[in-house]
Amino acid sequence: MTRTQPDRGPLPGTGTGAHTSPLLHVRDLRVEFRTRDGVATAVDGVSFAVEAGETLAVLGESGSGKSVTAQAVMGILDSPPGRVTGGRILFDGRDLLKVSAEERRSVRGARMAMIFQDALSALNPVVSVGRQLGEMFQVHRGASRKDAWAKAVELMERVRIPAARARAGDYPHQFSGGMRQRIMIAMALALEPELIIADEPTTALDVTVQAQVMDLLADLQSEYRMGLILITHDLGVVADVADRIAVMYAGRIVETAPVGDLYRAPAHPYTRGLLDSIPRLDQKGQQLNAVKGLPPSLLSVPPGCSFHPRCPAVRPVCHADEPPLYEAGAGRASACHFWKELLDDECAE
Amino acid sequence: MTSAPSESPAPAGPAPHGPREAILEARDLVKHYPLTQGVVIKRQVGAVKAVDGVSFELRRGETLGIVGESGCGKSTVAKLVTSLEAPTSGSIRFKGEDVTRLSGRARKALRRNIQMVFQDPYTSLNPRMTVGDIVGEPFDIHPEAAPKGERRRRVRELLDVVGLNPEYVNRYPHQFSGGQRQRIGIARGLALRPEIIVADEPVSALDVSVQAQVVNLMERLQDEFDLSYIFIAHDLSVVRHISDRVGVMYLGKLVETGTESEIYEHPTHPYTQALLSAVPVPDPAAEAGRARIVLDGDVPSPANPPSGCRFRTRCWKADERCAKEEPPLLVPGAGPAEGPARHPSACHYAEEKARIVPE
Repeated sequence: MTRTQPDRGPLPGTGTGAHTSPLLHVRDLRVEFRTRDGVATAVDGVSFAVEAGETLAVLGESGSGKSVTAQAVMGILDSPPGRVTGGRILFDGRDLLKVSAEERRSVRGARMAMIFQDALSALNPVVSVGRQLGEMFQVHRGASRKDAWAKAVELMERVRIPAARARAGDYPHQFSGGMRQRIMIAMALALEPELIIADEPTTALDVTVQAQVMDLLADLQSEYRMGLILITHDLGVVADVADRIAVMYAGRIVETAPVGDLYRAPAHPYTRGLLDSIPRLDQKGQQLNAVKGLPPSLLSVPPGCSFHPRCPAVRPVCHADEPPLYEAGAGRASACHFWKELLDDECAE
Repeated sequence: MTSAPSESPAPAGPAPHGPREAILEARDLVKHYPLTQGVVIKRQVGAVKAVDGVSFELRRGETLGIVGESGCGKSTVAKLVTSLEAPTSGSIRFKGEDVTRLSGRARKALRRNIQMVFQDPYTSLNPRMTVGDIVGEPFDIHPEAAPKGERRRRVRELLDVVGLNPEYVNRYPHQFSGGQRQRIGIARGLALRPEIIVADEPVSALDVSVQAQVVNLMERLQDEFDLSYIFIAHDLSVVRHISDRVGVMYLGKLVETGTESEIYEHPTHPYTQALLSAVPVPDPAAEAGRARIVLDGDVPSPANPPSGCRFRTRCWKADERCAKEEPPLLVPGAGPAEGPARHPSACHYAEEKARIVPE
């Protein structure tokens, strides 16, 4: 699902690496967790690519493997019990799974950064936010304390925190939820990374604040031409900001598509089920078409297509044959044996 | 939800089951939590005005949705209605009887009729009790509801009603998924055959595909048992789906009330408009032609709310009048004489705005 590489332009700090490959290219990633009850395959052969300036949304419910994928790419997987057991993570042409720990650390934070869901627990409660932001410059850029502080204030202004100079000395708990999330964004942006991974960045926020934060993130992304991986369970948030979507289910990507195509005509029964099951603000329906059953336990993923026990269009072949990710038209892929019929149905409707 | 001023007319649009009587009536509900200073000698230095003058009514068989952001007081309203907290002032009448004045036996009897379903199915079920004990516990507190010999059968019935296998009575909560746990919570809420169920964010903690199952279940149970719901949530899409009438709360007050279509298709309060415009719609095509209002700033502290209209600090329409005069929750005097925009709205400059919700 790589696309033609758009002109990235000269970015400070880049320049090495092949110019024809995407910014991030994950190939066949596998992550396992060893638990008391057996081995759980949290990520099972996931491949995707992100270009500079592009937003890829990874959509999934709890346990689908979306956050674990992000942690593996960032190199912050809890290990043990988690372990990357296969695949490649090519960042700017280099396989991050093969580089030394020290090299990995120099990439993390400086060239790829992460925004977490819960800002209050991601920030250090006993260090002022100005110090925490400034630390990025002291550690990675060798800035003096005074310069780092000035840079921190500048960053806080950039993420539109009112009275940034006065508030840089405040501690995380003195900020509201939305403001804390801005500080997280500021911290991720500090060293002008090429890739940002945002794991449910607005899930803990109220809708009016969510709108502010998403707007800010989108603005900054286009300003810096960063690649953005947005991990979420919210089909609504994604519709607005993503270029492409990858839908995950039980550790696998089951569908990828440009955002408009996916909502217009989903090519996988799970995606379709999700879209049909959410109540919509602009519609008053009588009965929601719920997806029956529950997502499977990762300790015992059903054989064949992992969605088959819940699928309304299941056929005998689905019980035994695991569907590969079929190419399903321009820039689209679906892991359903019957994606073509599904799309034809939707076009006929 | 006709509110404090009695001259406001009955909401437009036919009720789903014809006109029904009000089963619960809240008048000028106030709940202030005192803020104290000092360790040995405590003195009150202020109060968090969690709920500050809220009036509404709930009719038999309907669902009243209450929406608002965190800290607006919607959960406090739930606690007041279920008598988990006593109001600072105001009254709650259940079938004409003031709940807040009752005590002892009468109060206990009344509580049977108003049950609650909680948000978090992981913390609202005792992990050391079996499902059978959890669902049957209401019978221990209200023994008159079911004779001892019959309880086990009733519990199995209840599990069946909420779509759980009755064979699971001896399992523990950790053996169930989030959606199943919420079904257990609902079964417990139903055990005493209440007339009203107050559900505080009942589906917020659930995955999208499971949310729909629980919402559908609640709708089916409502028809089956003729229940009245107060459905509290921050998710405006879910509230629209399930509610007949909707109240929007901001900083301890109701700012706009009306039928589901009045609120969602013809909102007149700036806060409701901003709230609705901020909800993402899972459809890029519909999203494209939409008016977006992005509010500045955060919700002020309920310990020190702004003077006059509480929303004025974030409102693009605010002027001097809004700082001085608090707008009452009334049908606006200006504007069209008829139509769905005529519903109570607590704004001096209430007016419809186009393209808030995609059509």
